[in-house]
Amino acid sequence: MGGGRLSRWPVIRQLKGEDGRGQAARSARTDALRPRVEGAETVARSVCPYCAVGCGQLVYVKDGKVTQIEGDPDSPISRGRLCPKGSASKQLVTHPGRQTKVLYRRPYGTEWEPLDLETAMDMIADRVVRTRRETWQQTHEGQEVRRTLGIASLGGATLDNEENYLMKKLYTALGAIQVENQARI
Amino acid sequence: MAECHPVGYQWVMEARARGAKVFHIDPRFSRTSATVDRYLAIRAGTDIVLLGALINYVLSNGLDFREYVLAYTNAATLVNKDFRDTEDLDGLFSGYDEETGRYDPSSWAYEGDVPEEEEPVEGGGHHAEAAGSDSYGARGAGASATPPADPTLTNPRCVYRILKRHYSRYTPEMVEELCGIPPERFHELAEAITANSGRERTTAWVYSVGWTQHSVGVQYIRAASILQLLLGNMGRPGGGIMALRGHASIQGSTDIPTLFNLLPGYIAMPHAHRHDGLDHYLEREGADTGWWGNRRAYVVSLLKAWWGDAATEDNDYRFDYLPRLTGDHGHYATVMGQIDGTVKGYFVVGENPAVGSANGKAQRLGLANLDWLVVRDLMLVETATFWKDAPEIETGELRTEDIGTEVFFMPAASHVEKEGTFTNTQRLLQWRERALDPPHDCRSDLWFFYHLGKRIRRRLGDDEIDRPVKELTWDYPEIGEQRDPDAEAVLREINGTGPGGRLLASLRELKPDGSTSCGCWIYCGVYADGVNMAARRTPHTEQGPVALEWGWAWPANRRILYNRASADPQGRPWSERKKYVYWDAGKGRWVGPDVPDFEEDKAPDYVPPEGAKAQDALAGTDPFIMQSDGRGWLYVPSGLSDGPLPAHYEPHESPVRNALYGRQANPARRTIDRPENPYNPALSPRFPYVYTTSRLTEHHTTGAMSRPLPYLAELQPEAFCEVSPRMAEELGLENGGWATIVTARTAIELRVLVTGRVRPLRLNGRTVHQVIMPYHWGYSSGGVITGDVVNDLPSIVLDPNVYIQESKAGTCDVLPGRRPRGTALLDLIERYRHG
Repeated sequence: MGGGRLSRWPVIRQLKGEDGRGQAARSARTDALRPRVEGAETVARSVCPYCAVGCGQLVYVKDGKVTQIEGDPDSPISRGRLCPKGSASKQLVTHPGRQTKVLYRRPYGTEWEPLDLETAMDMIADRVVRTRRETWQQTHEGQEVRRTLGIASLGGATLDNEENYLMKKLYTALGAIQVENQARI
Repeated sequence: MAECHPVGYQWVMEARARGAKVFHIDPRFSRTSATVDRYLAIRAGTDIVLLGALINYVLSNGLDFREYVLAYTNAATLVNKDFRDTEDLDGLFSGYDEETGRYDPSSWAYEGDVPEEEEPVEGGGHHAEAAGSDSYGARGAGASATPPADPTLTNPRCVYRILKRHYSRYTPEMVEELCGIPPERFHELAEAITANSGRERTTAWVYSVGWTQHSVGVQYIRAASILQLLLGNMGRPGGGIMALRGHASIQGSTDIPTLFNLLPGYIAMPHAHRHDGLDHYLEREGADTGWWGNRRAYVVSLLKAWWGDAATEDNDYRFDYLPRLTGDHGHYATVMGQIDGTVKGYFVVGENPAVGSANGKAQRLGLANLDWLVVRDLMLVETATFWKDAPEIETGELRTEDIGTEVFFMPAASHVEKEGTFTNTQRLLQWRERALDPPHDCRSDLWFFYHLGKRIRRRLGDDEIDRPVKELTWDYPEIGEQRDPDAEAVLREINGTGPGGRLLASLRELKPDGSTSCGCWIYCGVYADGVNMAARRTPHTEQGPVALEWGWAWPANRRILYNRASADPQGRPWSERKKYVYWDAGKGRWVGPDVPDFEEDKAPDYVPPEGAKAQDALAGTDPFIMQSDGRGWLYVPSGLSDGPLPAHYEPHESPVRNALYGRQANPARRTIDRPENPYNPALSPRFPYVYTTSRLTEHHTTGAMSRPLPYLAELQPEAFCEVSPRMAEELGLENGGWATIVTARTAIELRVLVTGRVRPLRLNGRTVHQVIMPYHWGYSSGGVITGDVVNDLPSIVLDPNVYIQESKAGTCDVLPGRRPRGTALLDLIERYRHG
């Protein structure tokens, strides 16, 4: 691009009839812009967490933060595309409203209280062991059943296979049978 | 599909650009309707009428793909002489017990099959057991691999004749009267799908919860299966019936089930009254012919994966450690158990039943009666906060100070903060890499359940009841500062190992003698030869359209199930155009762009020897290898609890009389008759409108993953109902104003969207209005936007096979303006119930 500074001003070039969507729209600022993904330190190959189509995602990380999530052009399913939800998934993992601390509501309590993660895990384990023992059914109508109807679980459709596997394995060993997820709904 | 699975829909658009004709059949006009060749508005809850009429059209015009039908389906099979159809009994099949509302299915069996003795369960009589595993469906009441048949299709007791008679009353006139689809539109559809099926062409059907969430939901899918089998559209490229599932790994959570009735790989949970030891269980759970004939290997390998060295032949591989079922232990039965006080502790993991399940009030009353509740999510979902902001607090039905539930909110890791596999809607497993650690207290569910399990094991003693937990294999490598269990180690356990810890390459290596272990037999091979196959990422530009090197599909990386049917009985492609998997006589094996869903070297002329078992009992011409007879089942002799053939019944709540039979609703549907779950009476003038629920592109299910995101909240800010201009005029509803929607459960308020996209349906001279409501809103969820809970409207009435609720078709009243507040809301509902 030759000419003086004024003639390089995009408005002038567009008025002169150049296509406003192409070269004529370039400015010094445009040239200085860099894609958000360029400075990424790592890129993880991921899969969109919303519906079950399974679109490929590329997760860009810099300084320990997700800087961008884009469609994976290599995927034979999605060929780089994402829908509005998939495109917003960076906000899903980074938005300030995300709850990142354990919260505890005591019986009859009116407010949330903070609770240490390890303490919460111990308290939950105590409750599982106690409730299991208190509600254990060795037999039902004369038949051996070896179970508890006191502990139930709901959820799994948004989780990984490995997570569902450990859940079903642990619950079954505990004798908890009321284990369900969105597939029933 | 354009609305809820937009990126998958690009393929429909591509097909259409290449000449495919696309129909959209839906009560609601969506982004899909706007981009197809023909949109058919249908009354919610009447799809079996339409599908039945298409079946009738095919049969009465002789348009079935006869060679396919004769060779690959049970059309010729003879049925028990005691069987009586809905034609004979005005909407009932033989075996119905009015007192229990259940069927005894023994008369539905194939001729010559002796139905097994059922022990009395639940109510004393013999009846069809619901919510069984897939091995129930294949059990065939002890069906033999070669039941008596009449290949001339003239015997009145052959399936083909029974089918023809059963669907003869499903006429285009009936479609108009019940569905609201005019005859010329019906004919256009019928001609299009039949012209587009056969040797040269195939037609696909796509459905979602619009077909499943009904009191006859399973039979909707069955009706589509019959149609697709008659037209020869199963197991072939471009054919099939696609279930579009709604969550990232809802397929995976069905395969490796967090479901009460199943063990991994569609193996049935043992039942106290049906099963004694392992041998007895195996004898009863599945057929001996077809691939379920290998179930001992699948079950023993699973028990070895869970109890390792403690599982030996002498102790039945610890089969006794599995807890026993005694009936319905499903989601809604669990909620009733909470209200009754038997369920004390509840884990809710990435789900939000206070907004997402039918009859939200019953859900919240259940939550309020627990001892303890653990909610794991990214956001403070309504299920976690119900004790302070549920609608029942406003009405005074609950008081925060009176709710004794102890609540633990445990923040979850997001999909980028953990590694593992999702299984998508096409059975495809894709491994996700971990991009970074989760913040603060956020942890993966893998972390949570692994470390919870470790803590529980430390707390247990040596009691007999504790041994299943103490002896459980529960030792995974821990990684990093947060001590996350190694997800790949879990995936390797799922894949399975043989002697010396060698990773198995294929489910064919599974042994019934305890020498192999495998956490989910259908996933065996996902870690073949030590390679994480789900992590494979060969770009689509570098491989063919079947893309076998991207991820891994179960079973054995097969992308189209039952693809043996893509070739004719002799093993030749049905046509050059639809060539897929076929027999190469020179090589002596099946070849093609996909992995054959068949033994690779079983020749088309293979005839099973007398007394053969498992896959050896199926001929070289039997493509449906999970079935006891290797055939696609037009007629289901066993495994269903509401009949061997789909029949139309009106939804439990309907303003329309069933014009097909004297029976108004599914005779075997499950109702929950309790004060927390009142029903609108059928045909009630107080509830004259049909409602259905829906989703929007910009939101996800109960909104927990979309309402807190400003980008998405801004795109679809408010809960609304969509109605036709005529309905708006009749009721005085204003676009952008408010409407109150009333059922016997409660009333909610929504913004009104008046559009010509919703059309009043003309049914036999009468007008029926439909109200369409997306259900993404709730009262909190850390949401930028909130709204009333649409799922507070539906009742709990269940499909009797799978216990899914009927939330896609119900009745309501609609009033202009906002709903009453506080106790005035309860007064309004009382007036509707008793007024």
